[in-house]
Amino acid sequence: MWEEIPIFVGIKNMALDKTQIAQRIAKEVQDGYYVNLGIGIPTLVANYVREDIEVEFQSENGVLGMGPFPFEGEEDADIINAGKQTITTLPGASFFDSATSFGMIRGKHVDLTILGAMEVAENGDIANWKIPGKMVKGMGGAMDLVASAENIIVAMMHTNRAGASKLLKKCSLPLTGVGCVKKIVSNLAVLEVTPQGFKLLERAPGVSVEEIDNATEGTLIVEGEIPEMQF
Amino acid sequence: MITKKVAGVQEALNGVGNGMTLMLGGFGLSGIPENAIAELVRRNVNKLTCISNNAGVDDFGLGLLLQKHQIKKMISSYVGENAEFERQMLSGELEVELIPQGTLAERCRAAQAGFPAFYTPAGYGTEVAEGKESREFNGKMHILECAFEADFAFVKAWKGDEAGNLIFKGTARNFNPNMCGAARITVVEVEELVPAGTLDPNQVHIPGIFVQRIFQGDKYEKRIEQLTVRKRE
Repeated sequence: MWEEIPIFVGIKNMALDKTQIAQRIAKEVQDGYYVNLGIGIPTLVANYVREDIEVEFQSENGVLGMGPFPFEGEEDADIINAGKQTITTLPGASFFDSATSFGMIRGKHVDLTILGAMEVAENGDIANWKIPGKMVKGMGGAMDLVASAENIIVAMMHTNRAGASKLLKKCSLPLTGVGCVKKIVSNLAVLEVTPQGFKLLERAPGVSVEEIDNATEGTLIVEGEIPEMQF
Repeated sequence: MITKKVAGVQEALNGVGNGMTLMLGGFGLSGIPENAIAELVRRNVNKLTCISNNAGVDDFGLGLLLQKHQIKKMISSYVGENAEFERQMLSGELEVELIPQGTLAERCRAAQAGFPAFYTPAGYGTEVAEGKESREFNGKMHILECAFEADFAFVKAWKGDEAGNLIFKGTARNFNPNMCGAARITVVEVEELVPAGTLDPNQVHIPGIFVQRIFQGDKYEKRIEQLTVRKRE
């Protein structure tokens, strides 16, 4: 976090990479927000939040007011984030126990949750914790986060490595939560989850509506001209 | 003053036996009771059920107990980063119950605070809800989760006094305060054990009433799982 920040200007004719997804999501972060960032792409979001707004990052292992990674030699084994990475804290930070941390989450005191997903369904169901027979690492805090947060943005790739859509009519993997996802920022598009399906809001630069439609198994709603993402 | 001080880790673990259910504090390798784990390994107690957010790594933390097949069942929220764990789980040698992290914390706190159960929205509509009561509150579905029942809680704090009052440091706090008083016997190891009267009562995170035994730990490794730094300009 907070280092080596490439700024993308004039992206042309390409799907976004992971840093660019993070950069686009950062625009959703508003002044005065307490934000929980998941592991992976979401962690990168902190790099791109506007500097003229006040935001505090919460990590569910028990810190609010996370700062950048420490300078070499200044790391402290007792100060880590939920990804078990060494971190620092900013003025105004606090530490707390796990029950208090999830009280913040369950009690809806955290304004925005950004997390990754393996699959999202058009009704807002999300799967991101288990692939039966292949990968069982556990849900960590994801089930608590998605069950309680009112504002959830999913950061994900639109398709898997084989090209199959991860935005589905119905999730095939064990669910993490039901009907909870509100917004998705993928490498191809920004979409809103509505009662009618995935509503296309923005395209990645140079990516056509047709390409997004082909990569979306669930119902895609396209209304009018769809703008390109702005960075 | 009621003193909770014991001579060391051996006295602190008196009464720990095969087949018991243990709570162990820590998130990843941060804030784990290193001395108690080492003593559990040395005593070779087995058929343990361990309640801990994570299962350590292959050669540290609860991974040390897994290597010696001392654990029968793990109750955790996240168990990545441990190849031996995965092997034992897939081969069926190890029973694993994965539960949401906030539910794990709250099941500890409920045990500490005398609540038999509570409703939470976490896990509703997922595998986690199977076989559990569900109920709607304010238009939202919740599932009933029960307080843990455990024989021993092994807790790591930063500082403590002879009366059992505790202060934690940084994110090494995590599940440790929630596990104090959540088991029949709470055993706390600290980096610095001070005489009663030394700690400012205003700064105490956990009062000694939740603690049965406290001892001065030693040789803390405090391993870092994901050392992440930035370069100086």
